Amino acid sequence: MTLIRHELKQSWKALLIWTLSIGAFIIICLFMYPEMKSQMNSISSIFSSMGAFSSAFGLDTLDFGSLKGFYGIECGNILGIGGALFAALIGIGALANEEKNGTAEFLLTHPLSRSGIVTAKLVSVLIQVLILNVSVWLMAVGSIAAIGEPVPWKEVTLLHTAYFLLQVELACICFGISAFLWKGGIGIGLGLAIALYFINIIANLTSKADVLKYITPFGYADGSEIFNKGALDACKLLVGLVFTLAGTALAYWKYNQKDIR
Amino acid sequence: MESKAIIAENLTKFYGRARGIDGLDLKVAPGDFFGFIGPNGAGKSTTIRTLLGLISPTSGKAQVLGLDIEKNSREILRRVGYLPSGSSFYNGMRVRDILKLSADLRRKNCDASAAELCERLQLDRSRKVEDLSFGNRKKVGIVCALQHDPELLILDEPTGGLDPLMQHEFFSILQEKNQKGTTVFLSSHILSEIQRYCTRAAVIREGKIIACDSVDRLAKTGARRVTLRGNLQQDFLPGIRDWTEADGIVSFLYNGETNKLVRALAGMDIHELTITEPDLEEIVLHFYEKGGEQA
Repeated sequence: MTLIRHELKQSWKALLIWTLSIGAFIIICLFMYPEMKSQMNSISSIFSSMGAFSSAFGLDTLDFGSLKGFYGIECGNILGIGGALFAALIGIGALANEEKNGTAEFLLTHPLSRSGIVTAKLVSVLIQVLILNVSVWLMAVGSIAAIGEPVPWKEVTLLHTAYFLLQVELACICFGISAFLWKGGIGIGLGLAIALYFINIIANLTSKADVLKYITPFGYADGSEIFNKGALDACKLLVGLVFTLAGTALAYWKYNQKDIR
Repeated sequence: MESKAIIAENLTKFYGRARGIDGLDLKVAPGDFFGFIGPNGAGKSTTIRTLLGLISPTSGKAQVLGLDIEKNSREILRRVGYLPSGSSFYNGMRVRDILKLSADLRRKNCDASAAELCERLQLDRSRKVEDLSFGNRKKVGIVCALQHDPELLILDEPTGGLDPLMQHEFFSILQEKNQKGTTVFLSSHILSEIQRYCTRAAVIREGKIIACDSVDRLAKTGARRVTLRGNLQQDFLPGIRDWTEADGIVSFLYNGETNKLVRALAGMDIHELTITEPDLEEIVLHFYEKGGEQA
């Protein structure tokens, strides 16, 4: 518990900044919606008929003129990218930063088991991801209500759940990688998050690359698919769960035998 | 293995191909004030980090306080206080927060001893650690190592960055702890402090222990430091080394019968003469140069 509390104390400022930034972007976009809606009827058909560009961002299957459609696309890009970057950053730094900042020698010469340290760090990463997502969800739902639109509870909650799971998966993969690093790996974390995002866009562009949707967690966090089906894709979630567990197991395995620098 | 504070047998650590320590044997008895001497890169820190479980040995075995370093690392860490050679802490934290964190991680309340140690070391607990000088950060490390009153203190180059007054206070604290039964194991390349404070010492060179004995016996090798003003040649007698000559003053180490030295000098033109025991520094330097042959 001491270590979890310490970890959260160390990271609350960064968490606050990320939460407020992502939340603010979503609120600003939602408050622009009433203005856009009046002009949307003509624009919507243009958006949905831009060929590859439309399918890349799901504009062909979601109606940009409705709140659900607008939110699915807009939220998809803000919380999708922002949340993924945040999750990757805290995952990749969790174990590696101790050695990068020279504090590993302090921490690891206290009577803690290596597994105990991994658990505390993992729990604190998951708590941070949870806090960010619950806060952003509250801000989003509140904003929808504030602009006088009926809140599509099920759709918004499903979408946010998918993004939460995406971030958990990405954080756990990066956490596993983190156990191997001793210099910090911001580049690796951000690179991985962005690469997975673009893999999903490629998969959206051509049906031949559909298999890619199973590899990237963005595959199960696709607004258009979630809204049309009314549920998350269990199969893709299962693949994501395997990646999540693999990253976590890797962290325990490696950190228990790691030579600390 | 018998009951020792530290015992290492054939302990070896290679980083890939690079040698850390190579077949190291070491025994430290409970209650010792033990010095671990060696130049940079000899393997002092590697030895300490292996004993504490930060790195795992390539081969060999070791026990600390009778506990296996690979199987019981957590229990060892509970009973040991460790001061790393570098002092890095979490940025943004104040000294008192660091001390509290360290105590909490040990599930102990150390407020009283922390306050006393900070007072004696003149450490301001309200400062942020990143604003502290290297010497003051070192003090934070010292308090973290000492405040929970461990049975064994392992200190890696403890005096770096401390001014002479603080070094003196620090060693006074260590001596008080030692008198109450705490075993002290400190590494250093400053021989004078080991000669002054330690009762036993080991010399490490290229990953191996090349000498281990009481400091008195290590310093007593039979060799003598001879300094004189006069005119003579280096080869006037066998057993002479470390020959220096400046401004007519000749200085050398002599290892042999004193009688022979006196007789040889009697026939020469000598104005001043002193014969003293060499200090530990000279002896250890000799160990390093000669690759560990007995001086």
